[in-house]
Amino acid sequence: MSETVLTLENVETYYGKIHALRGISLSVKQGQIVTLLGANGAGKSTTLRTVSGLVRCAKGRVIFLGKDITRIDPHHIVRRGLIQVPEGRRIFKGMSIQENLELGSFTLKDDAERRRRMARVFDIFPILEQRRNQDASLLSGGEQQMLAMGRGLMTDPKLLLLDEPSMGLAPFLVQEIMRIIRRLNEDGVTILLVEQNAKVALKLADYGYVLETGRIVMESDAASLQQDERIIKAYLGT
Amino acid sequence: MSTLDILLQQLANGLILGSFYSLVALGYTMVYGIIMLLNFAHGDIYMVGAFLGLAILTTIGSVLGFGWGGILAAMCCSMIITGLLGVLIQRVAYVPMLSAPRLSILITALAVSMVLYNGAMAITDGEYRAFTVDLGFEGIEMGAVFITYTQVALVLATAVLMVTLYLFVHRTMWGKAMRAIAIDKDACRLMGINVNAVIALTFFVGSALAAAAGVMAGVYYGSIHFFMGFVIGLKAFTSAVIGGIGSIPGAMLGGLVLGLLEAFGTQIPFIGSEWKDVFAFAILILLLVFRPTGILGKTEIERM
Repeated sequence: MSETVLTLENVETYYGKIHALRGISLSVKQGQIVTLLGANGAGKSTTLRTVSGLVRCAKGRVIFLGKDITRIDPHHIVRRGLIQVPEGRRIFKGMSIQENLELGSFTLKDDAERRRRMARVFDIFPILEQRRNQDASLLSGGEQQMLAMGRGLMTDPKLLLLDEPSMGLAPFLVQEIMRIIRRLNEDGVTILLVEQNAKVALKLADYGYVLETGRIVMESDAASLQQDERIIKAYLGT
Repeated sequence: MSTLDILLQQLANGLILGSFYSLVALGYTMVYGIIMLLNFAHGDIYMVGAFLGLAILTTIGSVLGFGWGGILAAMCCSMIITGLLGVLIQRVAYVPMLSAPRLSILITALAVSMVLYNGAMAITDGEYRAFTVDLGFEGIEMGAVFITYTQVALVLATAVLMVTLYLFVHRTMWGKAMRAIAIDKDACRLMGINVNAVIALTFFVGSALAAAAGVMAGVYYGSIHFFMGFVIGLKAFTSAVIGGIGSIPGAMLGGLVLGLLEAFGTQIPFIGSEWKDVFAFAILILLLVFRPTGILGKTEIERM
């Protein structure tokens, strides 16, 4: 259970002249849910975009399953089993729900395997099966999040990066999404969860990192973070 | 000729003209849909496709003949080579400009256009070349209306290409990826889609369709010229805008609409056929003023 899936070593990333990440080091172990907390603009999404290869880091290394993926193209990273469900869902509006899911398995050649994976996604998100031929833009916010996660699952991920899955959702839907994340984790998917909603994230996670202006300012197991005075004050409220 | 005969004859003419416009408009609209580039070199791609088709037909004509067999073979070869030329242009001229401001890539497209038509002018000495085929003049007679089998075949060939494109874009993974890339490139990257490869494929398909139109125009008009791509490039652009730029069904529809409008426009009193370009571009201007989203409208279209 202790094999390391993902390691970031002193990763520094720039957006133009903005020094967005100022040396991030973290690791995610097999079977864990690790959460990355922080305020808006702290660098959470940039960290995930760097891991997925959408932006290139200026310094440091990203290691996935023992291989250096720092300079590898995003679509090759996906083929290795590292999948990101991006912030804002980014589903393909104007295409059907089924087509969205199929695109999640773009790398797959085997149609039988594609159907098997889709059946599994429908098992987790029954609402998607009921509405499979509808345009994705007709889904509600919570359903769009489910579609985005389902699309990510179609690649059969070893590590799933989730960027703000609870954003803009009603509280009962947040609970539903968190329940699904736990289920995926129990099915063997390792998860790196980025959240602004620290309360729900820490309830779910094994381990947490706190990000401030591009640096990790605190890290600990989730239980201790929940008790930490500074965390309570800054992120959990009273 | 009775009024009905004239209308029928113009319907036939308009369908053929519209077929050419549609095929070229598809390349415009697909490229615009995925990288927001108005590829002004696209009309010249059509011209290159026509010349390649003629060169191939001249070479293989002695074996396959200058009838439908030879023409079909020459058209397919020209489509493949022109498609590859489109990919080459994309790689050499456009990929380095993708992260530059939009105006830079637009100017690059104009430069590519000049390279292509000046190149073709140099090679052909700026002369018309006869597109010699052996198809006969049989056709269907309906009263005073006469439609040759060649005209019927050209419209049918266009229909086959369009249906094939539609099936490709809706039924295959690569086709779906093309549509998805028009919606969200980064999301596609996160799905493991090689975005650059799909963009290259789009250029291939668009250029191949333009080449098909070029060869068909050669067959239909009987001669080709290095400057033939200029006006049809503008007309195809107009067609794409009429249908709603970025939309594949829109380009198909827009081309046919423009072709028919031009054909019937020649029948309006005091507006002779020499006014048909004025007529076409007046429609473009009116459309840009009153309905810039085109017939299929922005809310209804997929970007592809």
